[in-house]
Amino acid sequence: MSRQNTRLDVKKVNSELFTLTYGAIVSQLMKDYENVEDVNKQLDRMGYNIGVRLVEDFLARTNAGRCYDLRETADKIQYAFKMYLGITPALTNWSAAGDEFSLTFDTNPLTEFVELPDNYQNLKYSNLLCGALRGSCEMVQMDVSCWFVQDQLKGDLATELRIKFNKRLEDAIPAGED
Amino acid sequence: MTIYNIYIFDRMGTILYQTNWNRLKQSGMSSEEEAKLMYGMLFSIKSFVSKISPLDPKRGFLCYKTSKYALHYYESLTGVKFILNTDTTIKNVRDLLHQLYKEIYVEYVVKNTECEMGQPIESELFKLKLDQFIKQHMKSIQ
Repeated sequence: MSRQNTRLDVKKVNSELFTLTYGAIVSQLMKDYENVEDVNKQLDRMGYNIGVRLVEDFLARTNAGRCYDLRETADKIQYAFKMYLGITPALTNWSAAGDEFSLTFDTNPLTEFVELPDNYQNLKYSNLLCGALRGSCEMVQMDVSCWFVQDQLKGDLATELRIKFNKRLEDAIPAGED
Repeated sequence: MTIYNIYIFDRMGTILYQTNWNRLKQSGMSSEEEAKLMYGMLFSIKSFVSKISPLDPKRGFLCYKTSKYALHYYESLTGVKFILNTDTTIKNVRDLLHQLYKEIYVEYVVKNTECEMGQPIESELFKLKLDQFIKQHMKSIQ
């Protein structure tokens, strides 16, 4: 039993290793695609695939219950960032309807040692995060959109990730009799 | 104290895994048909329970019992469904199922990139760990 518990402990990994591995992925994608838009898309797709699995790990570890409004979801997302990236983004800029908010980061561990070359200003370097958020929300029956509105890599003061709630996804009905 | 069999469904109703430990009576149909029938019944019970409940059903359908066996239902927030049939004396099956989700499903299916999500589980490691988990539990409650 105790062995199993240590296995499930949050594994501490040096964040520099993570940052550099992510950097290697992005630079490899730049080589493979040679087109910034395709790289953005690919990062989003990879993030999505990570998100649909990561959410299971998050739920198993935190024992979190279902969210009844977007504010609860926002708190959990904030907590997830703390768990997986070691940062606590601020929750800001709520829309009046309460269906949109921003995650604002002072530091972004993904971009620690990164400078964007001038000709890659359209690259959404951390786009993996958008995909991961979209994927994990989709698994808990929430359709959301995510995008970066500010990025420190592009000279903004903070990095701001916007999240918009679109709709609730319904349970699948069983397949009909053939 | 006996655990008879388990079904695992994903949120689309695909049967991910099913296995028997002590099953004396077979349903007399193919396991595919049986899984479909099972999912259909669960789906109906779930909607029945949430519609008929006089209070807000926070957790919804949990289990049912007949004179011979009890069916325990656990659904993760991501819609993965675990169905465990046991005898009627067994207790704390909810905790067991949660533990199973956390320690077996997440560890050996979700974190195994060879296991495609939404496809039946082929991983031998998962089958082995699940079997060990259940047998260990059956021993510990005897």
